[in-house]
Amino acid sequence: MKLNSLVASATFAALSFAAAGGAQSSPAAPAAGQPDPVAQLRREIDDLRADYAQRIAALEARLAALAEAPPPAPTPPPVAPVETPAPAPVTVLSGAGGKNYLNLSLDGLFAAGASTAPDVPALEPGGHDPAQRGFTVQNLEMVLEGAVDPYFRAQANVILQISPEGESVVELEEAYATTTSLPHGFQLKVGQFFTEFGRLNPSHPHAWDFVDQPLVNGRFFGGDGLRSVGARISWLLPTNFYSEAYLTLQNSQGETLSSFRSVPGESLFGREIVEREVKSVSDLLLAPRYAASFDLSDTQTLLVGASAALGPNGTGENGKTRIYGVDGFWKWKAANAFKGFPFVKVQGELMYRDLYADASPDGAQPSASFDDWGGYLQINWGFKPGYVAGLRFDSVGGDSGGLEGGDPTDNPDTDALRRRIRLSPVLTWFPTEYSKLRLQYNFDRGDAFVDDEHSLWLQLEFLLGAHSAHKF
Amino acid sequence: MRSGKLLPSLLFALAATAAPSGAAADLKVVATTSEYAALATAVGGDRVAVTTIAKPTEDPHFVDARPSQIVAMNRADVLIEGGAELEIGWLPPLLDGARNPRILVGAPGHVVASEGIQLLDIPAAADRSQGDTHLAGNPHFMLDPENARIVATHLARVFTALDPAGKSAFAANLEAFDSALTARMQEWSAALAPFRGRQIVTYHPTWRYFCRRFGLEANTFLEPKPGIPPSPPHLAAVIAKMAAENIRVLLLEPYQPRKTAESVAAHNGARVVDVCQFPGALPGTETYLDLIDTNVKRIAGALAGGN
Repeated sequence: MKLNSLVASATFAALSFAAAGGAQSSPAAPAAGQPDPVAQLRREIDDLRADYAQRIAALEARLAALAEAPPPAPTPPPVAPVETPAPAPVTVLSGAGGKNYLNLSLDGLFAAGASTAPDVPALEPGGHDPAQRGFTVQNLEMVLEGAVDPYFRAQANVILQISPEGESVVELEEAYATTTSLPHGFQLKVGQFFTEFGRLNPSHPHAWDFVDQPLVNGRFFGGDGLRSVGARISWLLPTNFYSEAYLTLQNSQGETLSSFRSVPGESLFGREIVEREVKSVSDLLLAPRYAASFDLSDTQTLLVGASAALGPNGTGENGKTRIYGVDGFWKWKAANAFKGFPFVKVQGELMYRDLYADASPDGAQPSASFDDWGGYLQINWGFKPGYVAGLRFDSVGGDSGGLEGGDPTDNPDTDALRRRIRLSPVLTWFPTEYSKLRLQYNFDRGDAFVDDEHSLWLQLEFLLGAHSAHKF
Repeated sequence: MRSGKLLPSLLFALAATAAPSGAAADLKVVATTSEYAALATAVGGDRVAVTTIAKPTEDPHFVDARPSQIVAMNRADVLIEGGAELEIGWLPPLLDGARNPRILVGAPGHVVASEGIQLLDIPAAADRSQGDTHLAGNPHFMLDPENARIVATHLARVFTALDPAGKSAFAANLEAFDSALTARMQEWSAALAPFRGRQIVTYHPTWRYFCRRFGLEANTFLEPKPGIPPSPPHLAAVIAKMAAENIRVLLLEPYQPRKTAESVAAHNGARVVDVCQFPGALPGTETYLDLIDTNVKRIAGALAGGN
């Protein structure tokens, strides 16, 4: 190190200078008119020798003393000067934003590809899935996040998209505050947010392991996920393992609540959605969830959960929807992981929907109940730093419930119940944690499709700004 | 609603079965990485119970925010983090999930170890085209033992504030650590003194503080930029530099790619030396002093043999 050697040589120079000075000022000042210069020199040399012998003896004694009893008080390290504690120029605390009051990031997610199906949205029910042959702006997500004050943190996710028609769309995906300091393990979340149901629903598209969302999420929660404005309380239980209970209460109307009150004028299982008033708390969406996690070993972790979403639906005054789900996530990560690799993670969710449709006001359609289900199972293997290979299996289906005629294929309005499967191998390359390139193939087979469909999608993501830390 | 009644009673039952675990030490300490845990143990002695989030053998930049850590942090009295953005990719969700006012940013129990330490490599601008740079500076400052001295003092102050009854114990432990460190510093400095000014190659800029303290030069990295994987042209340049400047030692940490390091070293007959920045990652590195001691001996041995 340049600085160190500079200091050392300076110290050395100073020491030599001091030593030289000491030698000069030591005895034997020559007297004027001394007759024998040789004798004088000899005497001077003898004096010097005696002086040095004395000094050496003193030094040796000191060294011996040092060797026997090291000094009790800490001495500065001999080589380099001790660092004087000085405030660091910038100290970035975790969870704090450094020099700004908020963390800002922009995440761009784009897809390109082709499908044998001309009507891509019929194949891809997610609002952030590839929407057409050619290019799709899946999601341009702006995240603003930070500490409000000592009691709240807040986050807003604003989404920009360009529809297949070329129109720019702005969407307030999430905007909420969470408490930081409630006692007894409680936390309150208030605002517009994804309902904490299952594993995938509350996560943002850039955190997904695949180009598109699972079929069951599209079928039960619509294109944009189950989310609404409301409040959620969660409780970290005082157990020795991770165990958390959530209770969410949200509005049940809107386009992101397609299984519930949805949007008047839209349809649900072939029935027109009607306007319904909110008369009591039971007209809101109630979503309880419980999650637990166990470290199976030093390198393996399991997270399991069970969720429900209960609320009215827009088919009529008595329409009621209940969705139940279980989810599991297991991950192995090597003990000497580099950049988080290698790892294997397995994730699956299973959901069941029980929907009671009221009779239509004109009496043309009798009341009926529909049962359907769906799920996915996916495995991802991070086989070397930056590279992940994955496979997902999707399946959805249902029975006709109380429909006249029994078989859902008899009723064109109940395409929403027909069986579909999808198999999706995927390969992702992360040049860094701020960008990714992903290639995914989808094999789609469905009772409503004439032929099997094949699609190939390429996805590019870039992330500008604050690094968004991911939950487990 | 039936489910409305079922859920609370289920939760109550679960909470009731979870008995709080045994007689706990006075202070529960969670450390992000194991060198802070080692210092907390040295200073806190048997008055602290310490858990570590990151495994000593894994890359500290990429740690999973496992839910079990939320539980540990929920009950912690003290959280120790480095603070120079090393933990920024995984600590915030844990802190958020832990909902523990005792360890929130700014609370007395939230220790930012880099406070009071002069950091190196502070980038002139926030620019990720320069790799995964940390705005606060290079976060691997704990490999300089003089910085560990500052952090140990910091910990003793925090422990004393939170557990005043332990004041004399913490002071005595700190004194013992401090004088042991001073004695070892003399040994380490002497062991590395013959190699003053010698260059070594490292994978990542982890060893900048260590080398500055002991008069070595660690300015050549296998990564072309921090966090960016080595490219063949960059490795070729490193190989050429090692040959031209007679650099014979390449340091490798447990999680870094061994093949890359070995192939570079093989070109020049250089040595790959296994070292670590976290106690517990290599045998004989359980305490902080043993960690530095092991690293010093390995590096001195390689420098002596490699030329």
